[in-house]
Amino acid sequence: MLNSNNQSIKYNVIHALYNDKNLMIDSIKLLIKNKNIKIKEVYSPFPIHNLDKLLKLKPTNLSIYAFIYGLFGFFFSNLIIWYTMIYDWPQNIGGKPSFSWIQNFPSFIPVIFELSIYFSAHLMCITYLFQCKLFPWTKSKNPDPRTTDNLFMIEIEYDKNQTNSIFYFSSFLQKQGAIEVHCK
Amino acid sequence: MFDNYENYKKRKSVLITGKKSYQNITNDTLNPIIHKAGNLWWISFIISLLSFLWGVICILYTIVTGIGVWGINKTINWAWDITNFVWWVGIGHAGTLISAVLLLFRQKWRLSINRSAEAMTIFAVIQAGLFPIIHMGRPWNAYWVIPIPNQFGSLWPNFNSPLLWDVFAISTYFSVSTVFWFIGLIPDFAMIRDRISNPIQKKIYSILSFGWGGSSRDWQRFEEISLVLAGLCTPLVFSVHTIVSFDFSTSIIKGWHSTIFPPYFVSGAIFSGFAMVQTLLGVTRKVLSLENYITRDHIEYMNKIILLTGGIVSLAYISEFILSWYSKDPFEKFIYFSAKAATGPYWWAFWILILCNVIIPQLLWIKFIRRSFFWSYIIAIIINIGMWFERFDIIVLNLSRDYIPSSWTGFVPSFIDVGIFIGTIGCFFSIYLLYIRFFPVISQSELKTLVSCKKKL
Repeated sequence: MLNSNNQSIKYNVIHALYNDKNLMIDSIKLLIKNKNIKIKEVYSPFPIHNLDKLLKLKPTNLSIYAFIYGLFGFFFSNLIIWYTMIYDWPQNIGGKPSFSWIQNFPSFIPVIFELSIYFSAHLMCITYLFQCKLFPWTKSKNPDPRTTDNLFMIEIEYDKNQTNSIFYFSSFLQKQGAIEVHCK
Repeated sequence: MFDNYENYKKRKSVLITGKKSYQNITNDTLNPIIHKAGNLWWISFIISLLSFLWGVICILYTIVTGIGVWGINKTINWAWDITNFVWWVGIGHAGTLISAVLLLFRQKWRLSINRSAEAMTIFAVIQAGLFPIIHMGRPWNAYWVIPIPNQFGSLWPNFNSPLLWDVFAISTYFSVSTVFWFIGLIPDFAMIRDRISNPIQKKIYSILSFGWGGSSRDWQRFEEISLVLAGLCTPLVFSVHTIVSFDFSTSIIKGWHSTIFPPYFVSGAIFSGFAMVQTLLGVTRKVLSLENYITRDHIEYMNKIILLTGGIVSLAYISEFILSWYSKDPFEKFIYFSAKAATGPYWWAFWILILCNVIIPQLLWIKFIRRSFFWSYIIAIIINIGMWFERFDIIVLNLSRDYIPSSWTGFVPSFIDVGIFIGTIGCFFSIYLLYIRFFPVISQSELKTLVSCKKKL
């Protein structure tokens, strides 16, 4: 695998486009065995199951964040209910005084539940947008617009100094079923 | 018999017909957005818009004059407004159910229909939310239900009240469903952004797509967030209508004070929600030429859920009827499922309910009807009507015969009641029609996972 931190080596990229998901996956399997190349990114028009495991991507931590945000929502809702109903203005409603949080707890459950879900869902989505760098005014991140339609793309980094390797990889990728190979 | 069962197990459901490729799915999603709307769309839109405007005028008249212009009285102080509220919330249930619950169960048949259903949820909840606000009489004070410091100092909303639980449940359901819907739309907006040529439209879809690229990392997170959001939405689906049912079941009105209400309301909501999905998809399928994506199998699957939830609702009706008879309570004789309800002044509403929700849906046991687009559409509309009458019966019948016979009264809706209800239907269809013109109505990125593109080298 090439070391991308090595400043003496300059990298450019090869874009290999496929029109078949299975051919692309086969190519990825072969490419990751080759230690001289680095798969920078893979673009596809739809989610491909287990591709993240094939590319050895780090598992996402969004579900853990969702749990933490849910806990935050739980404590926030408890705090606001306790402050408004018990501490600040303990009303006597229909002969049922709100002097104790625990005695009133059963009727607080719906709001606590809803706010826990509310915080969990919304804050997780915001985290997701930040992690993926998805913002309203961001330019499109896919190098080829056809990857949102019917094509799949492997973006490969290669050593600019090794010109022979460009031809080797190009012909290799085309043999593996790439319909187009672009060196940039 | 064994042979038939084996054949049944082997039979794969047909979820896309016409041998579609990835590009075909892209084009079919894009067609309604890039092409001009047909006459059918314009006629539907103008009718919907006029109905909506009628509703707006009626709402303005109500706000300016006061809710005395409605048909309500001191005994039946909730009538069409709460009926419409519960009906619309119920309709809003199927969308999230199709998206979230069926996603968790890995049901592929949801893929062609989930986007329309999700949109339906959001538009239906908007209509529902309108009724409690205008029923307040002073909608400009609606923010008092939110626990924020106000001009009266330490005056806080009552967290013991089911009406406040409604506020939190409906607003959470609405906002979480909207987020779920929008996150799913981002890859589809990116597809439109990359295909469309009109610069203004390109700019708009570019903003909406948030710069989506479809990298493996993005898809990994997308799948995770879809799954977690589905997990969060699923209890919401069940909690929202449970909480709406608490509005009734925590009261002391006979016929309302019932522990069966939460499961009964939830199944009723799914029943009516799926009926509305059938109604909308019947239109969308024809108007947008999506015959290859909304197939007989989709219709059949939805009809099976309608049969199941209709069965639960019918069982609840029977148990309510038997309990009102068995209790020998003189006031229970007048509740919405009782001998007096079937023969009293609102007998017509009772029998419409039985006919529409119990008897006619049984036709779906017949395979030919269950798989027929036409009959499914007709039955779905009948169920929509029946479910509206169910809510009407629960509210008006139970309130009309109170504990004190001197306060017994009837209810006649005013033209304002009718206008507001029709206005919400107009608003719902106007938004939906605009949505199918400008938004990707099928979840093309997810639908492409169903297509196996095989290329021989």
